[in-house]
Amino acid sequence: MTASTIALGHLLDDGVSDRRRRRSELGWVALCAVGSALVVATLVLIIGCVAANGIAAISATFLTQGVVDYDQGGALFAILGTLQLVPLAAALAAPIGILAGIFVAEKRNSRVAHVVRVAAETMSGLPTIIVGVFVFTIIVAPTGQYSAGAGVIALAIIMLPVITRSVEEILLLVPGSVREASLALGIPAWRTSISVVLRTALAGVLTAVMLGVSRGAAETASLVLTAYGGGQAGNFGDLGSPTDSLPTFIYANSISPDPVLVTQAWGASLVLLVIVLALNLLVRNRSIGRRAI
Amino acid sequence: MGGDRIFTWLTAAMGLVVIAVLGAIAIELLVGSGPVWSRFGFGFLTSTQWDPVKGLYGALPYVAGTVTSSVLAMAIAVPVGIATAVFIAEFAPRRIAAPITIAVELVAAIPSVIIGLWGLLVLSQLLSQNVEAPIVNNFGWLPFVGSSATGSDLFTASLLLALMITPTIVALSREVVSSIPRMQHDGLLGLGGTRWEAVRMVVLPAARTGIFGACILALGRALGETIAVTMVIGNTGKVPTGLFDPAQTIASQIASNWSEASIGLETDSLVALGLVLAVLTVSTVVAARLIMHGRGPAVGAPA
Repeated sequence: MTASTIALGHLLDDGVSDRRRRRSELGWVALCAVGSALVVATLVLIIGCVAANGIAAISATFLTQGVVDYDQGGALFAILGTLQLVPLAAALAAPIGILAGIFVAEKRNSRVAHVVRVAAETMSGLPTIIVGVFVFTIIVAPTGQYSAGAGVIALAIIMLPVITRSVEEILLLVPGSVREASLALGIPAWRTSISVVLRTALAGVLTAVMLGVSRGAAETASLVLTAYGGGQAGNFGDLGSPTDSLPTFIYANSISPDPVLVTQAWGASLVLLVIVLALNLLVRNRSIGRRAI
Repeated sequence: MGGDRIFTWLTAAMGLVVIAVLGAIAIELLVGSGPVWSRFGFGFLTSTQWDPVKGLYGALPYVAGTVTSSVLAMAIAVPVGIATAVFIAEFAPRRIAAPITIAVELVAAIPSVIIGLWGLLVLSQLLSQNVEAPIVNNFGWLPFVGSSATGSDLFTASLLLALMITPTIVALSREVVSSIPRMQHDGLLGLGGTRWEAVRMVVLPAARTGIFGACILALGRALGETIAVTMVIGNTGKVPTGLFDPAQTIASQIASNWSEASIGLETDSLVALGLVLAVLTVSTVVAARLIMHGRGPAVGAPA
């Protein structure tokens, strides 16, 4: 026990009765518990609302038809749009992000790696609407139309720093001895990086990609400016045309005065929430510390 | 050794892609907003006009809306977030702490458009009838209250923002609190201190810097949050003077006006707003990183 602790101990007896101190402890613990209860309560409230209102909206039509005419039909175009945008963006961002993460982790002390790390941190703090503005000006404006391709680029830019930073952190967890053992066996450094270090951290790297994917699946603001463009057409597989997606579908329908469209927004929210929460629980189960090494 | 060189260059090239994308965004914001700065100069930041017909643009209402909504959100999220973090890390038994931790992570995972939908269709109705109307009717004469009780206003937006940034504060503060060495804490308990006294005298002072950094990082998120705010803030380009006034943030102004804006000075002005927002959020995040520097890479990890 250090001197400073004993000094602190003297403060304890400052003329306050034991009963009052216990009571004050109880009060503060209760207050902290109330804070936690608030957070849990809002979660239950929101999920409950989405589930209750969403289930009412979900039907065979809702899941198998696109928008037929104004409020007729369902959310199929939005579902397909998300299923197309998010994996394509991940396919674009994951290789770049993983390799950049390897670079930052392995060349930890180089100045370039430091700049990459700072750039990734800065990018992950950038509001996504700004990414939307950026992609609009470099792709939508020159090509003259909103397109799934532009949406893919926007989502990839949003996923990129998430993947880079998580991969870096995971690789730093791989013990140096693993790498040294491989090098001592005469395996070249690049094969060591891929077949030994990356392999050891594979679960963690997958987690990193999943984090990026769940971030991308939830993204709305940048898609409104790049892929959506206000239409509700189903152009599945056509990267040159605008596409709906679950988040933009919810956004557009929520402000409608038509109760049918609002109900559809709840239904789409339920579908999106299930996707995103499933991704997150998956990530949790493969959580970095437990499974990576 | 050829393979090594190729591999190093390949990974370095991908690292450079990250830098290049960020650089391109910065250049685009600067170049795209150029006409605005040459036309209005710094007057863009102080003007309250946004009038596409007259061709006049000013950012002040949106900057004001962004800052006030974020500050109000912090006023709620900081106490609740720190209380939750302390409860999870110090007070709660494991079987209670674990589910709360999961709940916090799930709140963070809810897409902001769903929080916005709930805010618009459930929360704002609830607030408008049960909270705002009685307050406006009885205390409307007080300053900073506002005169309308529509539910689509600064108050609702701040509550949603608070909800969205609380998980950030909880997750990061919990990490900081858990990383404090236990010796003094345990020593104080051994001397007969209560758990609260150990938290107040040992844990919180030691974790202060880290928690502060976590809060600043959360502030950065609040400043840039777009969709949920756009859906509930009332989309009115006036400097808010009351809690129940409709307002507009920088991000919500861009999101709600972009598709109808005519290409030219109007879109350039929205890009200029984007630049202002980027400067605000990036400087906030950088400040948070500087504050938390030296606490290891784990703190501030994407949760």
